[in-house]
Amino acid sequence: MTILRDLAHRQAPADPFALTKARVHEAEGLGRRAFALFQTLRHTGTVIWILPAHEPQRPMLRGLPDGLSERLLLITPKSETDLLWCVEESLRAAPVGLVIAEPQQVLSLTAGRRLQLAAEAGQTTGLMLIRAGQGSSATETRWHCTPKAATNADSTLHCWNLNKNKKGTAGSWVLNWHGASAAFDMVSETGERCESAD
Amino acid sequence: MSLADARAIYPDLYTRPANLAREAATLTGLRRWVGRYAPMVGSEGTDGLIADITGVAHLFGGEAELRDDLHARLERVGLTAVSAIAGTRGAAYALARHGGGIIPDGMLAQGAAHLPVSALRIDHAAAEGLARVGLSRIGDVIAQPRAPLARRFGAGLLLRLDQLLGHQPEPVSAGAEPPHFGVRLTLPEPIGLQSDVMAGLGRLLERLCASLAQHHQGARRLRLELRRVDHGTAEVEIGLARPMRDPARIAALFTKGVEEVDAGYGIDAMRLYASVTEPMPPEQIGSGPTVRNQDAMADLISRLGNRVGFDRVLRIAATESKIPERSHHLTAAAWSEARPSPPRRGPARPATIFPPEPVTHASGHPPARFRWRRMQFTTLRAHGPERITPEWWFDDPEWRSGLRDYWRIETREGPRLWLFHTPQMPAWHPPMQAQNWCVQGEFV
Repeated sequence: MTILRDLAHRQAPADPFALTKARVHEAEGLGRRAFALFQTLRHTGTVIWILPAHEPQRPMLRGLPDGLSERLLLITPKSETDLLWCVEESLRAAPVGLVIAEPQQVLSLTAGRRLQLAAEAGQTTGLMLIRAGQGSSATETRWHCTPKAATNADSTLHCWNLNKNKKGTAGSWVLNWHGASAAFDMVSETGERCESAD
Repeated sequence: MSLADARAIYPDLYTRPANLAREAATLTGLRRWVGRYAPMVGSEGTDGLIADITGVAHLFGGEAELRDDLHARLERVGLTAVSAIAGTRGAAYALARHGGGIIPDGMLAQGAAHLPVSALRIDHAAAEGLARVGLSRIGDVIAQPRAPLARRFGAGLLLRLDQLLGHQPEPVSAGAEPPHFGVRLTLPEPIGLQSDVMAGLGRLLERLCASLAQHHQGARRLRLELRRVDHGTAEVEIGLARPMRDPARIAALFTKGVEEVDAGYGIDAMRLYASVTEPMPPEQIGSGPTVRNQDAMADLISRLGNRVGFDRVLRIAATESKIPERSHHLTAAAWSEARPSPPRRGPARPATIFPPEPVTHASGHPPARFRWRRMQFTTLRAHGPERITPEWWFDDPEWRSGLRDYWRIETREGPRLWLFHTPQMPAWHPPMQAQNWCVQGEFV
């Protein structure tokens, strides 16, 4: 009964890019880190970014969104098991606002489910930056993010596809977000998709 | 004598600078050791120790035997020392600095009579004044009437004289011992259950934390030693993200380490000590959600750090450098505070950075087409160049290729990349011109 009542409380947010609280989400594609940075601006509290020790691509302080660096903690565990353990522990901690992780291997259903339980226990949102096709089916939503070439010089376009959504509909959005603050513009292109329909 | 004079007399003189801090540390160690001869041992200046051996000498067979024993032991470790035993502190001080020896009971005035007046612990001017009027020995001063002496040289001289002769008391005060944060628990029967060990740890922690609170200290590293029945020892060590003395929260961090301990035939003794402590003044607890959040965050950093290592839980901090790789650095979160980041100024910087990766099949300047990470890119728009020169005072192997021209390249395929060109570096493959272009970052 408890579980059913909990499910009823969760409602699809009006804002398309708002991630459901206390759940773990996934993002893939070349623009997944940009999507993660966009989400850090929409979560208060400490942001924990967990990436493997051998990952060379790391956040650069002077290019991060405003006010992120003082609440950002980087954790660089050596092994994949340690990485998943760190994600689980961070999700269970109450003061953490958002947990971003870059797992290197396929997330098993067990791992995905454990992360969801941890997120519910700590009321924390998680975002896994996965490689294409390495997600777990326990995820709440899965986004495919790609940067998009802009026609005019002063816009930075992103094409974000919501491929999988457990509690809502899928969708595709093109937006103009410059990376410094939470402000963004939707670009409506009727009749066009960034990827061709199957 | 100045060093120059000494060198003039003896050119091959071997000199070493004095290390006062280490000398003081050695003296402190020696003071602890001298505790075997007397209950009250204090420091006397920077080069002396004073011990109150009242009622102790017979344990060693007499004063002379005690002194011989002391010298024999010091000699065995290679220390040269001079010592004196006398009825008063002043007399012992004077004799120890002028030859050493023993002044028997009731012979203070006679025993100290031959010593120079400078041994009286008076200032240089007073000693010189006494010598000028012909009083060079302590015996000469004792023989003088007191009133003229006090009028001429002040009450200080008489005080020192009285202390030497025992008319004024001068007790020896033992130096304060630094607090020791270690507790132990010996068990009548060996234990092997994890819950029993945790219960024992709880008792130890309560005592340790009480002692820490008394001295306004917080533990940063704690070590638990479990002694097994077969004299083996198992150790569990934890680090804390910030100084802490809350038994319940520390015990939670020990859980994982205790799980992995092999109890063998049982554990019959436990020892817990804080190897690293930091000052931690008492603070108001539980005042609002901010404090609770800070505590929870410190707990999380401790948990993560104890598993993956504290050098892997990092904070990102700005540094003053124009070189992209060194414009920020990663510091251990447990040993640093979060600081607000500097405002964004100057040319745009990428959100992520990585070691330079050369591009291939580049054509044009800036490249109109290139391959990177096995992907083909066509340049749509290029912003630049932004020239960054290496820091000449810092020899960085990465920057030996000379100055760099950075470009922000927007590609038709989508990614916005941060490329640089090294014009000072000769191209190795002139037809391809590929060696001189590298990707170093990715914009959002």
